[in-house]
Amino acid sequence: MKKTGKIENLCCAHCAAEIQEKIAKLDGVNEVNISFITQKFVLDADDTQIDAVLKQAKKIIKKVEPDCVLTF
Amino acid sequence: MTRKNKITVYRIGVSALMFVLSLLVGQNRILFWIFSCLAYLVAGYDVVMTALRKLLKGRALDENFLMSIASIGAMFTGEVHEGIFVMLFYKVGVLFENVAVARSRRSITALLEKMPDSVTVLRDGKEVVVEPDEVQIGDEIIVKPGEKVAIDGEIIEGFAAMDTSAITGESAPREYGAGDEVISGFVNLNGSIKFRANKVFSDSTICKILEMVENATMKKAKTEHFITKFAKVYTPIVVALAALIAIVPLCIGGFSQASLWLHRAFVFLVVSCPCALVISVPLGFFGGIGKASRYGILIKGSNYIELLSRVQTFAFDKTGTLTSGKFSVRNVLTNGLEESELLRLAGSVEKCSAHKLALALAQYACSDIAIETFEEISGLGVSAVVDGKTILCGSRKLMELHGVAALPEKSTATCVYVALENVFAGRIELEDTLRENAEQTIAALRESGVKRIAVLTGDHAENAKDTLQRLGVDAVEAGLLPTDKVEKIEGYLPDGVVAFVGDGINDAPVLGRADVGIAMGAMGSDVAIEAADVVLLDDTLCGVSDVVKISKQTMRIVKQNIVFAIGVKFIVLILGSIGIAGMWEAVFADVGVSVIAILNSMRLILAKRDGDH
Repeated sequence: MKKTGKIENLCCAHCAAEIQEKIAKLDGVNEVNISFITQKFVLDADDTQIDAVLKQAKKIIKKVEPDCVLTF
Repeated sequence: MTRKNKITVYRIGVSALMFVLSLLVGQNRILFWIFSCLAYLVAGYDVVMTALRKLLKGRALDENFLMSIASIGAMFTGEVHEGIFVMLFYKVGVLFENVAVARSRRSITALLEKMPDSVTVLRDGKEVVVEPDEVQIGDEIIVKPGEKVAIDGEIIEGFAAMDTSAITGESAPREYGAGDEVISGFVNLNGSIKFRANKVFSDSTICKILEMVENATMKKAKTEHFITKFAKVYTPIVVALAALIAIVPLCIGGFSQASLWLHRAFVFLVVSCPCALVISVPLGFFGGIGKASRYGILIKGSNYIELLSRVQTFAFDKTGTLTSGKFSVRNVLTNGLEESELLRLAGSVEKCSAHKLALALAQYACSDIAIETFEEISGLGVSAVVDGKTILCGSRKLMELHGVAALPEKSTATCVYVALENVFAGRIELEDTLRENAEQTIAALRESGVKRIAVLTGDHAENAKDTLQRLGVDAVEAGLLPTDKVEKIEGYLPDGVVAFVGDGINDAPVLGRADVGIAMGAMGSDVAIEAADVVLLDDTLCGVSDVVKISKQTMRIVKQNIVFAIGVKFIVLILGSIGIAGMWEAVFADVGVSVIAILNSMRLILAKRDGDH
């Protein structure tokens, strides 16, 4: 399943890349993409695990970028 | 400017004022410290706070932390003003960066502003204004002068000139009338039209385009991966160097020069920030994608820009891409008859046939002679009786079968032979006409360094081979099935990047197999938009050379950004280690470089369309 959201208040492209890399390593993630420039967040994960993945992903985002907001 | 940015401006202003006041108080230490602390905190309290918060979560090496430690460190080594200045300069840099990124983001999504927010629909004979996504397929929609077309559809009534520039990049208005397709994103300039929606809003062209452009930065180019990897190694190394610079002199020379080396270590820390490096590359690609979209060219990913910039082989589909599929008369050879007489005769006979060459001839020549009897000889031509005389009109084979006398030498071109009473009367050479701008496009591709230009066609070799070779293509591969085309493409792959240009309707497998598949004239065609990597919305060939040019420009800017960002960092590191470059230069190497890289990338978007056509 694919989920697309908006990710705001990213401080820089490097942090975006770091978040993306960490989320990509989660179980059940097929593909994840974060664009610093367009503020887009696209997550493709297994249907059964998507909720768990999203929860984990939000945690990662909070850790790397405390001010960052992800909205769907 | 956003509220957040405005607040930042005020804070920078207040902080700068405090900074100046602290300079003016002279020997009064109390006032000096009050103003200095205020100046520092007003500018950078959030930076320090974020750094602390991240530190608690175990994340040290981030921009906020580096700036905090460097500025506070500078103050502790006695350079109070420098500490404040680092923070101020950093804030100004970040502000610039935010504004510039927001700007380039906006210039891309300028399309978004062209999105209409309401639609006038006819329901039970009444005009109702609804949101675009409430429109259903089959709804009748009214667009008045000055209004935008929100949904793809077909005109039922009315006539109007439309500004299609949002979609095609073409600045001249085009005329549309009943039966014509209209595409979302067009602007109605004068007339009032009624059209029937044949797509819902989310499937309409403008939505598709937006989605594609926004997602394009997701497909990352190799250069982007390179810089991300580089940054991952770079930062830890520079931080380690900073630690060495602080510690080693301490071990060797004791505390006498500790503060001097500590200061240099802080310079290293500031320069170690990877942000400027990482942002410099994707922004360039983003600019290229944005520029292309203004030409009506959609590029589906940054990686395709990189590939397009070094295409070695360009393969074209023939009919509908390089040639128009319409034949015209090139040369006439006669035997006994006047040229006009021959054409008139052939045209009149061929008028009765359904063959495409015959149609072209009938259109070209005047065809007003009465035909007495007419017989179509399948695949060969026609036989007719005019004024009691038998006329054969068709291929050379037809002539040979009937034993026509006095046949001339074979010609390589596509010909229609005419025989009168079984004696050769003339030969009309026809050619598939080239598309507008075909010559310029091929020449421009050559100029940009493309090594091989090939034409892959399912058509027979004779058709247009001459024409194409005159055009300067290297190879014409004829009689190919779609699978053969794929094989040909595979044959080109070892020689470098291969791009294929087709109409996208029956070329999907070929478009997919080439490194870069370019679909032409795909305005409103879902199939092509899905199958291709690059979509030329407008149906002109120039887009092919334009997109190569834009890709090259983009790569140039990306490379400039990389060299500049890495170069400045290294220079500041070297100068910093020997004490020539201080905090100022270090902060410049961080935010200053980002801002310059962003501005450099924006050159792509801001530049006027060169060579408008």
